[in-house]
Amino acid sequence: MEVAKNRLSFSLDEADIIEGKSIEALRDRSTYPIPDQTEWLERTLNRNVLITTLDKVLNWGRHYSTWPFGSGLACCAMEMVATASSRFDMARFGMEIFRASPRQADLMIVAGTLTWKMARALRLLYDQMADPKWVLAMGACAVSGGNFAHSYSVVPGVNRVMPVDVYVPGCPPRPEALLYGFMKIHDKIEAMSIQHKAVGIPALDDRAKVVEA
Amino acid sequence: MTKAVVSEELAGKLSKSIPDAVEEITESWVVVKPQSLLQVAIHLKQSPDLAFDYLNCLTAVDYMEYMEVIYILTSMKHNHSLVLKVRCNRERPEVPSVTGLWKGADLQEREVYDLLGISFTGHPNLKRLFMWEGFEGHPLRRDYL
Repeated sequence: MEVAKNRLSFSLDEADIIEGKSIEALRDRSTYPIPDQTEWLERTLNRNVLITTLDKVLNWGRHYSTWPFGSGLACCAMEMVATASSRFDMARFGMEIFRASPRQADLMIVAGTLTWKMARALRLLYDQMADPKWVLAMGACAVSGGNFAHSYSVVPGVNRVMPVDVYVPGCPPRPEALLYGFMKIHDKIEAMSIQHKAVGIPALDDRAKVVEA
Repeated sequence: MTKAVVSEELAGKLSKSIPDAVEEITESWVVVKPQSLLQVAIHLKQSPDLAFDYLNCLTAVDYMEYMEVIYILTSMKHNHSLVLKVRCNRERPEVPSVTGLWKGADLQEREVYDLLGISFTGHPNLKRLFMWEGFEGHPLRRDYL
């Protein structure tokens, strides 16, 4: 069935076809992992006193209010919840507020197996997050696909669809490991400067591309 | 505890109302022919001494020579259960849908269709459930690579 171009409303069947096409387009586009963007961390800057002071203040603020966007996709989510609760207590770092909206979040914790069908939605949520944003891949599945790396439906590593800042391996990782991952995110935040922007890659507009094609 | 229905007794009851329906009886399950599945299902649900009003689970297995759809049924009234199976041809797998009898079969039949490619005739909305539209093949088939 062919879907007509330039229309605003679609039947359920047509919507399914559009969805399928855009998922396959995303899968075909994501053959290689997006390289880890660490180059800016080593960039030496001639910072003057004004900039370093301002950086310190901004980074201090960002450091202690990194609001996470919990995308609990599979069993790792339980460990993420455990990290948030009183025994491990993420509130120590000002991170206890799990936002349900990407617009209010700074850190995306991808906890669990990402399937191709979900990848499009997750990429959309990532694009909706405001800069500066951070991504933490939690667990073997998010890091590399884990057990399901060669599966028909699983994305072999979240870095196929979005740049990842910190990888926390484990199946699932202990809350301590996740907390250590947060420490690494904080280290990255400390290295930020207003002289350069956080690096990103251009947004994908799947739906528009499919309808055009 | 839910009691399992004794297969021989059930087969005896079935053969009275629907002759030639049963293909195989074992201790734990009853296999019926696909063409008489719907009749058998109606009988199982509606006859007062069986009254299987609840479909616990509907699943399927690929055995390479044939494919098998498995229905696990329970009667809330008599507190007994039954495993019913249907075997179908692997090249053109077709089984009548039981959504009309047990509404809960809807999504499970879609799942089986999606992953094993068994088409349920008479299903109201037989589309892929887990995989996306346009996905090639049925991933839980043994020969899927």
